[in-house]
Amino acid sequence: MPDEIINAPVQKKLFPLCLATKDLNHPASIKTYISIGGYEALKKILTDKISPSDLLEEIKLSGLRGRGGAGFPTGLKWSFMPKNAKGEKYLVCNSDEGEPGTFKDRDIIRYNPHQIIEGMIIGAYIMDATVGFNYIHGEIWNEYLSFGEALNQARQAGLLGKNILNSDFSFELHAVHGYGAYICGEETALIESIEGKKGQPRFKPPFPATYGIYGKPTCVNNTETFASIPWIIRHGGQAFNDLGVANSGGTKIFSVSGHISNPGNYEIQMGMPFSELLDLAGGVWKGHKLKAVIPGGPSTALVPAHTIMQATMDYDGLSKIGSSLGAGSMIVMDETTCMVNTLKRLSYFFYEESCGQCTPCREGTGWVYRIVKRIVDGQGRLDDLNLLKDVSQKISGRTICALGDAAAVPVLSFIKHFEVEFEYFIRHGKSMIESLND
Amino acid sequence: MSKLPKKITKKIDNELLKYPKNQKKSAVMAALQFVQAEHGWLSNKDLSDVADYLEIPEIAVMEVATFYNMYDLKPTGKYKISVCTNISCMLRGVDSLVNHIKQRLKIDFNELTKDEKFCLKESECMGNCDAAPMMVINNEKMYEKISPEKFDVIIKELK
Ligand SMILES: Cc1cc2nc3c(=O)[nH]c(=O)nc-3n(C[C@H](O)[C@H](O)[C@H](O)COP(=O)(O)O)c2cc1C
Repeated sequence: MPDEIINAPVQKKLFPLCLATKDLNHPASIKTYISIGGYEALKKILTDKISPSDLLEEIKLSGLRGRGGAGFPTGLKWSFMPKNAKGEKYLVCNSDEGEPGTFKDRDIIRYNPHQIIEGMIIGAYIMDATVGFNYIHGEIWNEYLSFGEALNQARQAGLLGKNILNSDFSFELHAVHGYGAYICGEETALIESIEGKKGQPRFKPPFPATYGIYGKPTCVNNTETFASIPWIIRHGGQAFNDLGVANSGGTKIFSVSGHISNPGNYEIQMGMPFSELLDLAGGVWKGHKLKAVIPGGPSTALVPAHTIMQATMDYDGLSKIGSSLGAGSMIVMDETTCMVNTLKRLSYFFYEESCGQCTPCREGTGWVYRIVKRIVDGQGRLDDLNLLKDVSQKISGRTICALGDAAAVPVLSFIKHFEVEFEYFIRHGKSMIESLND
Repeated sequence: MSKLPKKITKKIDNELLKYPKNQKKSAVMAALQFVQAEHGWLSNKDLSDVADYLEIPEIAVMEVATFYNMYDLKPTGKYKISVCTNISCMLRGVDSLVNHIKQRLKIDFNELTKDEKFCLKESECMGNCDAAPMMVINNEKMYEKISPEKFDVIIKELK
């Protein structure tokens, strides 16, 4: 074979791995999950008494990185859990999904809850965890209830509780819920919330692996991360890694929303070109032109159309163009979008959701929102853009958790790419985009 | 004797099974949700009843009730309508929907209609953005892809 054929990139496709049952009848039932090979990995582990360290090697080999936004290697994170700690050890699934534009964990819970459960049981076996919680976003109440039903099915099948499948391994798992606080998606705020407190992030170190829920070793992972585990054990870490590209093993669910023809979740092999994902989702709605995209949720930088059209959807592909993969929450904006108004809404979000603990974030997000608001109200001053940049830079890196950094990202990226629109608004007291349509 | 009705304490007791015996506080989020689902909102008395039942200080309950957006410390009428106005909903026209709702119900955000039937709340992202714009009624029932016309039909059906 000629070299160029051997080296040609393999085409990346839709690949329902975490959403494997979505298009089947009764997707969420345990029967359906078992019919596609569900719980086989767990059975094999318990029957063959496969050692936790061998399983951990498989996960490291898979190249799986945390799907909650930070992209930290899962195998490495799991290796931080202390081996011989006495008493309880906790495993937490983070289904708090509050990053605007994210709705992938909702679909995994809705359509394939047992794959999350199996992933958590395997995780518990590897880390020797005794109790688990799935912390579910308070706004998706139906999913909270349906996940509880899935837990009952698993319990009845002997897959949870004491002596799972008659082995000497025991693990109990519960569903709990948030009640409207974005910050509780941050893992230490989530831990506080499970303890029955307001969700204010903890200072690290100590990290949750040594001091988590009730001071016990705790590991928090995203829903999609856990749902990837059974496939990895069943097919091998290398097979998972090979689905994606370098530094981005496996598949990723992209939640596509905004000005798109077919909003929804698209689970694709990592490394697919952005343009193909856009086509899969039916392209920009109403035949409009693409203006810009937020590829991974508002805490990832906005990218103008001509740049994102060159990108591939994986960790390196998006960092090369100055943004990041985040949680895979792709927000599409067409040519009619006013960037100033849009930034105003995002700034309000971070201001509203700052937990108030760190001064730069509590005060800074308020400053930012009020400045953008005064521009939109026609009271903007020419120096406001410098002020916005200055305030944002002074929040970033100066807070206990990453909400502060996240709040700065939209401000800096919106102004960087669409400064003209901001200047127009300040000079004319009205939106350049709306003026075009007049 | 607990001042909370049996119906609620039974639910709280079930919730407590999820946590270690000496960590009753962990059930506070759920306990408040149960009480609010029953009463529509949380009065100071509700908070202190929950504190009593879980044997934790009232201030600890107050902290939680004021921190999380979905708890209401004022009456919200028979139907609390929470509309997400965050970016994905905004891009799909929620602002004009909100204007329509405000005119139709003659209230602003955080206000109650005169007959105390409806209350309007602005909400952050509900994680359901493929169905934008959307709203949730009484924290549990989600209505998707709402247009002004669809809104009118929905509220006519709410008795
Ligand atoms: C403000 C903020 C919000 C977050 N929200 C979420 C969330 O909704 N879901 C999530 O899985 N991770 C969220 N994270 C990341 C978590 O702190 C943590 O990194 C993640 O749950 C770890 O799991 P993973 O390694 O599997 O991604 C958030 C972080 C910050 C700073």
